[in-house]
Amino acid sequence: MRYAMAVDTKKCVGCSDCVVACQTENNVPIGFCRDWIVEVTDGTYPQLEIEIRSERCNQCANSPCVRCCPTGASHYSEGGVVLVTPHKCIGCGACIASCPYDARFPHPDGYVDKCTFCLHNRVNKGLDPACVSVCPTKCMYFGDLDDPNSPVSKVLKNRKHKTLIPEAGTNPHLYFLI
Amino acid sequence: MREEIITSGRLNHLIDPQLNIWHWHIPLYLFLGGLAAGILFFAALFTILGKEKEYPTAVKIAPFLTPFLLMVGLVALFLDLNHKLYFWRLYTTIRLESPMSWGAWTLMVVTPLSIIWCALNIKSIFPNWDWKYQWVWDMEKFFRKNLITISWIMLLFSLILGVYTGILFSAFNARPLWNTSILGPLFLTSGLSTGAAAIILMSKNSHERHTLARIDLMLIGIELFLIVHMFMGFLASTQVHIEAATLFLGGPYTTPFWLFVVTLGLATPALLEVLELKGFKMPVFIAPVLVIFGGLMFRFIIAYAGQASRWLY
Repeated sequence: MRYAMAVDTKKCVGCSDCVVACQTENNVPIGFCRDWIVEVTDGTYPQLEIEIRSERCNQCANSPCVRCCPTGASHYSEGGVVLVTPHKCIGCGACIASCPYDARFPHPDGYVDKCTFCLHNRVNKGLDPACVSVCPTKCMYFGDLDDPNSPVSKVLKNRKHKTLIPEAGTNPHLYFLI
Repeated sequence: MREEIITSGRLNHLIDPQLNIWHWHIPLYLFLGGLAAGILFFAALFTILGKEKEYPTAVKIAPFLTPFLLMVGLVALFLDLNHKLYFWRLYTTIRLESPMSWGAWTLMVVTPLSIIWCALNIKSIFPNWDWKYQWVWDMEKFFRKNLITISWIMLLFSLILGVYTGILFSAFNARPLWNTSILGPLFLTSGLSTGAAAIILMSKNSHERHTLARIDLMLIGIELFLIVHMFMGFLASTQVHIEAATLFLGGPYTTPFWLFVVTLGLATPALLEVLELKGFKMPVFIAPVLVIFGGLMFRFIIAYAGQASRWLY
């Protein structure tokens, strides 16, 4: 089982509903976010192109954060989802420095926090992650890459897609449809 | 003009707009660890070579600094942790892939070794020292009998400690400036150089001072070579590595790096040591103080500049 997510950059309008849904569902401390919107404007005026992405932890299959964690608090959980065990985390910051996407942040309680793909609170109960389920343009697809009939497998089969900084060798499980 | 504007809605404290997760604690610890590694390395080396009488400060006096240096470093590391009460989790596992894990275990070996070394040489500071209890005397006898074995272990672990301070940074592929394997040998050389400088500062024996000044000169030469090599590597690498090098070649860290580290911390003491070895009279403390200052600045600049370097996407 390999959980993955695909975000359609052609459909995303950058409304930030996913960000608010995540903060509410996961009780993210005020001022922090586990997912966020990035807008990239590219080109020469007036021929400009814009790409809007809803970004979060890339749940890498080769995670630098898991590799550098000195206590084993950062680990691969079911479906390859990278999680942090708060009572094993010493808050050294190594994983934060090791993430090329800067997806992690220090929780005010001391341990390191990040996107969990809502594994325990939603996905294990058969629901989609909070961000996916609230998206008003339905631009996000979630599921198991090993299941050819999952929404994410189907959309990746039919659409051109990319991952972020593949040259960092992280093997991300967050795809962007382009 | 082609433009790429990236707007991000993320503003996480200590992460945005630029990573700022490690402050003074980490570079201070890396400096103290390197300095302690340098002092212990020379103490062990001269003992193995049977030259304790020729280099009394290096073997019997300077190592007394090391338990304090290591403990201050450990306190700095502890203060850096955000989840302090769980620090003991470091010692419930060994994770060889994580430099921080085996670094923590290296400290667990080096710190007691440095204390044992001081105990064996306590009479050079307090001539009338008495251990009072027979079992302490027995332990001392045991360690003294195995002094050469202990020296070899200390030599090995001081090198591991010195090189680990650099590998800690170089293991992070996310920060292109740190992600060079030159950083391990470079921090080791810098640590040995500051160790030699500390011994020169404490030594009253001119033969010992001159030998260590020669060693220090050689180490400074290696450091300059490694720094040039590091920039050559960056400039011949990918765009993000070129941008990382630019931080020091025209970017915000240009002046601090070339002025404090290269000019004041390496070139000036090298020149002073050459003049001193040629017989010019000058205050002996200037060169080693500059070397130690340069070593400290080097750690701080690399720690902060590394957090400013990143992948762009």
